Amino acid sequence: MSKWLNPRSFFGVTLITIALLGLPFVAAMGGQAWVRILDFAILYVFLALGLNIVVGYAGLLDLGYIAFYAVGAYTWALLASPHFGLHLPIWVILPIGAALACIAGVLLGSPTLKLRGDYLAIVTLGFGEIVRIFMNNLNAPVNITNGPQGITLIDPVAFGDFRFSGNTQIFGLTLSGPMKYYYLLVALAILVVIINLRLQNSRIGRAWQAIREDEIAAKAVGINTRNVKLLAFAMGASFGGIAGGVFAAMQGFVSPESFSLMESIMILAMVVLGGMGHIPGVILGAVLLSILPEALRYGVGPIQMALFGKMMVDPESLRMLVFGLALVLVMRFKPAGLWPSPERKRELGEKQAEVKA
Amino acid sequence: MSTNLPTPLLEAKAVAKHFGGVKALRDVSLTIRRGEIYGLIGPNGAGKTTFFNCMTGLYVPDGGGFTFDGAPLVADAPQHAAARGIARTFQNIRLFGNMTALENVMVGRHVRTRAGIVGAMLNTPATRAEEAAIRQRAIELLHYVRIEERADDLAKNLSYGDQRRLEIARALATEPKLLCLDEPAAGMNATETEELRDLIEGIRHDGTTILLIEHDVKLVMGLCDRVAVLDYGALVIEDVPAVVQKDQRVIEAYLGA
Ligand SMILES: Nc1ncnc2c1ncn2[C@@H]1O[C@H](COP(=O)(O)OP(=O)(O)OP(=O)(O)O)[C@@H](O)[C@H]1O
Ligand SMILES: [Mg+2]
Repeated sequence: MSKWLNPRSFFGVTLITIALLGLPFVAAMGGQAWVRILDFAILYVFLALGLNIVVGYAGLLDLGYIAFYAVGAYTWALLASPHFGLHLPIWVILPIGAALACIAGVLLGSPTLKLRGDYLAIVTLGFGEIVRIFMNNLNAPVNITNGPQGITLIDPVAFGDFRFSGNTQIFGLTLSGPMKYYYLLVALAILVVIINLRLQNSRIGRAWQAIREDEIAAKAVGINTRNVKLLAFAMGASFGGIAGGVFAAMQGFVSPESFSLMESIMILAMVVLGGMGHIPGVILGAVLLSILPEALRYGVGPIQMALFGKMMVDPESLRMLVFGLALVLVMRFKPAGLWPSPERKRELGEKQAEVKA
Repeated sequence: MSTNLPTPLLEAKAVAKHFGGVKALRDVSLTIRRGEIYGLIGPNGAGKTTFFNCMTGLYVPDGGGFTFDGAPLVADAPQHAAARGIARTFQNIRLFGNMTALENVMVGRHVRTRAGIVGAMLNTPATRAEEAAIRQRAIELLHYVRIEERADDLAKNLSYGDQRRLEIARALATEPKLLCLDEPAAGMNATETEELRDLIEGIRHDGTTILLIEHDVKLVMGLCDRVAVLDYGALVIEDVPAVVQKDQRVIEAYLGA
């Protein structure tokens, strides 16, 4: 508590709050598209922090994380769209989505508990693909997911009469739909940061880290590794489910295409690139990796025009090229991530000192 | 002194374990009494570590079983062994390398505490109180093994001797009735071994029974109340050090080698 009364941290918190509140207005100057990019950046922060529990804390390499996001998204889409004619409120759908994703997490977790590292990665990768293919094909004989066409006209988030789509006037300010979602997502992201922090320094959080470090020693001190790992899967999956619900509502449209393996890899890259297990690092990783490709999308074309007067390389492939190069460079020069935890940094620093000595 | 304590703490009955053709344990039966320091010695590959692993649930014995503190031990369940009161260290130190020394010991409190995931997320008063108690106890244990000034260092950055001490502190955090040490003096110099000896005697004095695997014969004979000798997976003798030292079979199998 006393930490918050310290004037310096008070100043810092105030500054961050003002920045977070003002950011969408700055982005809106470049057009609503940028606010939407911002929304996705925060959504990815949420997702990456959920995956951080599984990968960063418990050390379980999960390449199928997007499946839980898909479960949450389809839950929202089916329970709040004309597809089934259901329009349930958010406090019904989000818990159902989280619960279903949680069950999916346990389903994936239970048969894979004995696997580690590469083997686990392959099984989870397969699981992610299975879920996507299910969504693709569950349109016959009974049409549940509407197959590859996806589900449209999904209800936006609404609290009573307050809807998150369309413009709203507050205190003489015009808030667009994406701006309202931004504030909702920031609130959710702050929540998940707090939960991550609390879990990190808790009995269960330490058990996760212990399993990550040495499973046999963890067993020997009496940790029920099976249950504790399942708990990590379930927690991460629930976060994925909630994020998926908000995604569906924000887009108004879901289709299996959004839940490809590439997405899982992206989220994993955010966690690893930022600094596994270190919350500020994961946030940084998520923001960078979600904004960088978009910035490149808008930047690559015009820069080529300015330099050469014509398009030399297709902007889309150049964008992925630059992006891939950036990833390789970071892993080469900052192997512990862009912003690793102080312990990890210290350890790398000590290694360098050893080399010099 | 310990001979007039009637109920044994641990009884191994005809424990057998083989790996393919290798008979690592051949019907080993032995009895550890409450409050004693019990030594387990034998040449390399005699089956000492395998015995530990069977007892602590990491291996499932192929025959026989254990009775601990009046009830049978469930095979294949390390977490139950720990909950029942058996703690161990490892021959090749197994710490949680990227966690601090303090956190390592705090993990040891896991089996004696209850806080769940919901309590942690809501940060309830009960969770906070338990967390403070865990931390407090872990600090006390770091003091007990005299590495309190390394509390915030990563376990893997500790010196070898300190890592051994940390492993003991982590094991003690589970409040064991029986503490099993697998070659704790390996790689230690004379001073460190002497300090370790004091530590082990202190732990016994504070009420924990100790099972000690050790190659340092001088240490074992000086420290233990009784000693068992394994050779090729079979129990050769179980008796007080003075008798064991003079036994012809032991001299042939081990001491004379
Ligand atoms: N997991 C295993 N798989 C196959 N063989 C094993 C395994 N564990 C132990 N053994 C074999 O069982 C026998 C006993 O090994 P164990 O490690 O118990 O000996 P030890 O008495 O602890 O020896 P040391 O003093 O070298 O530590 C050895 O022949 C060993 O090779
Ligand atoms: Mg051994």
